[in-house]
Amino acid sequence: MRSLPFLLISLALGAAAFAGAMSLGNDYIFFAGYVVLQYVVLSTAWNILGGYCGYVNFGSAAFFALGAYSTVAVYQSVEAYEFPHVVPVPILILVGGVVSGIIGLGMGYLTLRLRGAFFAIATLALAVVLQTLVVNWDFVGGSRGAYIIRPETIGPIGAYVRYLALLMLLLAIGSLNVARLIERSRLGYGFATIRDDEQAAEAAGVPTLRLKLIATTISGALMGMAGAPFPYYIGYLQPSSTFGLDYAVNSIAMPLIGGTTSWVGPLIGTLLLGSLQQYVTVTISSAANLLVVGGLLVFFVVLAPNGIIGLFHKYLQRKPDDFVGRRRIDPEAPAGTAAPASDAASGSAP
Amino acid sequence: MIFSFDLLINGIVSGILIGGFYAAVTCGVSLSFGILDIVNIAQPAFIILGSYVCYILNADFGIDPIVTSIIMLPAFYALGAAIYQVYYVAFERHGQESLRGLAFFFGLLFITEVTLVLYFGVDYRYVQAAYIGPTWHFGFIDLPMRLLVPCLVSLLLIAVLQLILTRSFVGRAIMAVAQDQLALRLMAIDPVRIKRIAFAISIATASLAGAFLIIIQPVEPSVGREYIGRVFAICVLGGMGSLPGTVIAAMLIGIVESLTATFYGPSWAPAVSFGFLLLTLAVRPAGLLGR
Repeated sequence: MRSLPFLLISLALGAAAFAGAMSLGNDYIFFAGYVVLQYVVLSTAWNILGGYCGYVNFGSAAFFALGAYSTVAVYQSVEAYEFPHVVPVPILILVGGVVSGIIGLGMGYLTLRLRGAFFAIATLALAVVLQTLVVNWDFVGGSRGAYIIRPETIGPIGAYVRYLALLMLLLAIGSLNVARLIERSRLGYGFATIRDDEQAAEAAGVPTLRLKLIATTISGALMGMAGAPFPYYIGYLQPSSTFGLDYAVNSIAMPLIGGTTSWVGPLIGTLLLGSLQQYVTVTISSAANLLVVGGLLVFFVVLAPNGIIGLFHKYLQRKPDDFVGRRRIDPEAPAGTAAPASDAASGSAP
Repeated sequence: MIFSFDLLINGIVSGILIGGFYAAVTCGVSLSFGILDIVNIAQPAFIILGSYVCYILNADFGIDPIVTSIIMLPAFYALGAAIYQVYYVAFERHGQESLRGLAFFFGLLFITEVTLVLYFGVDYRYVQAAYIGPTWHFGFIDLPMRLLVPCLVSLLLIAVLQLILTRSFVGRAIMAVAQDQLALRLMAIDPVRIKRIAFAISIATASLAGAFLIIIQPVEPSVGREYIGRVFAICVLGGMGSLPGTVIAAMLIGIVESLTATFYGPSWAPAVSFGFLLLTLAVRPAGLLGR
């Protein structure tokens, strides 16, 4: 499928989903849907760096929080002139994206030489440094946190949370399209070479350095955009929860559970895990929902290393293999190992 | 001027004491991450688990936390061996350890932490022992016993570990497995068994570190998160798998954090050690005493 038809179809599906949610007339579905959609953006963004390039980012929460705090910073500086709410949320999303994108680029520069686990640890360290800066920055509330007063309703849509959910829906559609576009472009193939063998890619003339910077920037910017409307959603922003590891673990767990090789994986993982979390939060407790994430993450990385997509592919490919195996040789032995052995036996017999 | 000199000396002393504790927290990661290349990001969670074991036995039977942690060493050793077995079968054997191994330990971290939250809640827990409270004074230098005891026992622990690594057969095999697995196999030693022993030892140290932690400060399940970055900062700064390097780096981070807390306020302290880590990674990834 080409990218323009895909964009139109995804927009149509999104519009249908939004219209369906509107017709239910219950605001809870928007509250819950916002969180799930926010994780769609976060996990897709994580996957651009983690799944396509193979660089594990533990600092998702930092980029998310940067977006949120750039909104608070804008809000505070506008509030000083006593006309709140003049900055529309879409512009705040752009601001958050630019700020986080710049920090993402900076992180890319700082960690150019780091690979594997060292990169992951550096991102974790970056998150703590940024959190400390925010905690000590009184203008955005410091460790006390900051309040954002949002309007009750907006225009024809009704409750403000519906408007936020609509924006997040558009953002999720946008990020899925970006991820899909990357996947099918030269950029995506370049990313894949970095993931498979960075040294070989470099030797073959792939500009790995520039590609990594592009990946960290796009990934960071998308995470920042996901965070920008968050203060309006939550109403009260506080550093320790905004920088919490919950965002980091979710944005890693969701792509890994869905499958990291394509844009579908994070989407499936998020829809599954995100809805399950909402359900567990409501029915059991919010502590238990982290237990569910941790448990599923361990379960999937141990037993289904390529996620749900991997299971699906395996299921599709298994059938013809089994058929061949059953017809030619002993079903107990794996097809690959037994075939040469029988050849060798028949060769030595005469 | 003399006043700030007092502060400076006391800051350095308490930094060294805290550094001794950090060394105990880090030595497990130095073994697993530094020598075996297993990114055990869940180590702080096991440390918190150790703290809670000490808390339970201290609250119910009044047993000294350090004694408890020494009794619990075999249990943590067994836990470590079991985790390594899963890790080996699921990841290392297929050569997929990097990304999925990280995610695996990240998941373990959350499972441990949330299970503790569900059982004990998020209240701060503490232990009671004779040496918690009193402080020795040498002139203007204060030596709080609750920092001094963990620091000394921790240095003892690291000395024992270093002796095991350099003098015993298994220890030398552990150092060798980091360099050349094939050569080890040619010497008729099973590298997987050696790695399992090494990883189990690294988890066993978490029992002691947990006891130190709950002696030094009250503990709640998510305290461990603060230590993830700090532990890896010390490990990388010390030069990956070098225990003497770990001690030096731990003291250095302890002193810098303590001085930052004294002169600029405690809220800046975390950023300093992580800034250190970022700098080390960017400038000299091999660390202070890199191999």
